[in-house]
Amino acid sequence: MTAIVTGEALALEHRLLPTNLTLEAGRVTCLIGPNGSGKTSLLHALAGIGRPEGRVLIEGLEPRSLPPAMRCTLLSFLPASRDIAWPLTGRDLVALGLPPGNPATAVDALLEKLDLGGIADRRADRLSTGERSRLLIARALAARPRLLLLDEPTANLDPLWQLLLTDQLRERVRREGCAMLVALHDLELARSFADRLLIMNEGRIEADGTPAELLAGDHIPRVFGIERAADGWRPVPRFRPADRPPSP
Amino acid sequence: MTRPAAAGLGAAILLLILLSLLAPWAPIRDLMARDSTLAAEILIQLRLPRAILALFYGAVLGASGAAIQALFANPLASPDLTGTTSGAALGAVATAYLAGIASPFAMAFGAVAGAGAALALLLLLAGPRAETATFLLAGVAISALAGALTTLALALAPSPFAFYDAFEWLMGSLVDRSLREALFAAVPAGFAILFLLRLRRPLDMLALGEEVAQSLGHDIARLRLQVVCLTALGVGSCVAVCGAIGFVGLVAPIFARRLSHGHPGRAIGPACLVGALLLLASDLLTRSAPLGRPLPIGVLTALLGAPFFLWLVVHMRWRFVR
Repeated sequence: MTAIVTGEALALEHRLLPTNLTLEAGRVTCLIGPNGSGKTSLLHALAGIGRPEGRVLIEGLEPRSLPPAMRCTLLSFLPASRDIAWPLTGRDLVALGLPPGNPATAVDALLEKLDLGGIADRRADRLSTGERSRLLIARALAARPRLLLLDEPTANLDPLWQLLLTDQLRERVRREGCAMLVALHDLELARSFADRLLIMNEGRIEADGTPAELLAGDHIPRVFGIERAADGWRPVPRFRPADRPPSP
Repeated sequence: MTRPAAAGLGAAILLLILLSLLAPWAPIRDLMARDSTLAAEILIQLRLPRAILALFYGAVLGASGAAIQALFANPLASPDLTGTTSGAALGAVATAYLAGIASPFAMAFGAVAGAGAALALLLLLAGPRAETATFLLAGVAISALAGALTTLALALAPSPFAFYDAFEWLMGSLVDRSLREALFAAVPAGFAILFLLRLRRPLDMLALGEEVAQSLGHDIARLRLQVVCLTALGVGSCVAVCGAIGFVGLVAPIFARRLSHGHPGRAIGPACLVGALLLLASDLLTRSAPLGRPLPIGVLTALLGAPFFLWLVVHMRWRFVR
């Protein structure tokens, strides 16, 4: 497995402790952890948001050494917020993900591929949150970046679209040999989607392994306060949210 | 903006500049018959400065309005509703009447400082992406404070005629400015417009949220500082020469975004053209007001702009305006 992204001593104010991380080409890495455990902070540190400490290399290049117009070909970040303040059409919104001077045909091909042709000419700020989510994910994919950082990409999507989207994303990562780090809350979705799972807790990566290993081990009861039951997950008896250690 | 739209706006602006120079035509025609040099002097010394001021003041209000709206992600942001113009007026009045330095350079400096201080205060009070209500309240508070301090400065001024002197200027007027004064406003305004146009792409990226813009390498703190400084420079220097003219900076970007397909940053160019067009047209309208004397242009833009603003607030609801 080729590591194409390395993050060394990444830290973000007090929310993310110094962390080392490598991400491999063609693999989906999912990031799970309770609220406030540092998932978004880790994505921010890798994306260079909020003046993080440490160093990120993507295929040997430091993103901050590239001008803004070219940086979208190296990494792209999907934030948890799906708000759009302006009346852009779906097509124009996705086109914002491309470096300047790219042909509109590239956008149309992507929209067709992600089955977004029907809303390409509609105003993105008037679409449902789920439809807007899919457009924003298309925007993140548009420049074919080498590192995709997605914060809760399946939030607001119906079950069918969650499955279709995760299939499309995985297929894309395999085909293009890029790296992908995805923050998720849905443990079952993480199990089916991820090649590798990272569990975050208190601002650091607590466990790193395959979904099968980590979801069956004792990390989940300890970190999340839930345990496996016959029909899914349930709270660990005697565990109250107040007992959970405070988030950093 | 499509080429035909740009060409159409450009042609309309040229036509209005020509009308601004030639209308009313009767006095020019009479003078031409008697003394053609005097007619040429009137055109160059009286009407040309007025056209230059309308062109550049309108354009800089449009560009600043579009940039401020993009920065605050709010279609109701504009130089007047953020307190920028009243801050500039306060700065100019304080320099001229309290400090007693009435040179155009000092007044422009005071106005730019006042405008910058008002915008910086707004960023501090409301935050960069405030809710519309918080944003408008903070803007209204700053405008009211600057207005009250302007009145106080005039009341405390050593000159007993300060109120009378400043009255017409405070209402906004393009009349009786010299060519030198016009250039004094137009050069910084042109400079501010050129540099604001360079911020189109980062401001477009801001439509995707601050996090995405930052991940693409745009320094948001620097972008904010650039917009604040350039707006203060452009609007401040025009306010120092012509006084405060409201609503053009609010209305022009709203029309301009129709031409930029909703892109907030790309709207800066069209907003310049629409702003210039609005102010040139308003200036021509003031000359034909049936009052026996010209109506101050700031009064006219407020008379037309305030109902438009109310219409935006009451009927269109935010998302339709955007």
